[in-house]
Amino acid sequence: MHLKYKIAGGDFSNAGNAASSVKKILKQLNIAPLTAKRIVVALYEGEVNIVAHAWSGIINVTIDSERIAIVLDDAGPGISDIEQAMQEGFSTAGPRVREMGFGAGMGLPNMKKNTDSMTISSVPGRGTKVELVNYLDKNAY
Amino acid sequence: MNVGDIIKMLDASIVTGNDHILREVEYAFASDLMSDVLTLERDRILLITGLSNLQAVRTAEMSDINTIIVGRNKTISEDMIKVADENDIVMIQSAYSVFHIAGELFRAGIKPIY
Repeated sequence: MHLKYKIAGGDFSNAGNAASSVKKILKQLNIAPLTAKRIVVALYEGEVNIVAHAWSGIINVTIDSERIAIVLDDAGPGISDIEQAMQEGFSTAGPRVREMGFGAGMGLPNMKKNTDSMTISSVPGRGTKVELVNYLDKNAY
Repeated sequence: MNVGDIIKMLDASIVTGNDHILREVEYAFASDLMSDVLTLERDRILLITGLSNLQAVRTAEMSDINTIIVGRNKTISEDMIKVADENDIVMIQSAYSVFHIAGELFRAGIKPIY
């Protein structure tokens, strides 16, 4: 199954629509609740990152019987120092993002915690690509 | 303690989720920082917050949080109610501050997560 979502930078009223849609689909597919929660939390943080930092973005979600792969690809300012961005507490978010309850430098570390693998690549001035993979453990509950 | 008991204790009002008035509440977490809420592993908890916007409800949806109390009678918008209804989330509004709400619930035996 393949799903694609377009995300508009700065559009906080729609931030979370992609994660909400994926959550409903995972429920329909009877994915274990804890596995589904990890995936949607990581996806939601990633979606909020696009809205908060980028100009626009596309999220591609591929679900098969063994894993869920999510690619968040944005056009935006990019990340010049990914290692620094991964440190808890580091953020470049402005006041508007903080008013929304984000921007404390917790998003990327929490995405990593909730995924089995996470890869970030970025070209400053062009954009950022984050790839998330979660394996579907059939024994999970 | 259920949602109805909490509403009475906090002199609060239910904004949406009347069908879930008997929902039992065991654990609560208070935060205005949604990224912090999103790190919680426990679900079906109550969130006490002063942040009354759509992202607070979206965060509850993603975290499987089923009850939200908004302090200081902050306005709860129609958009928030719609997302709460879609996800069976009870929304409660209280005139008390987040500190006051948390104190009353703690005293009544609602457990903290940390």
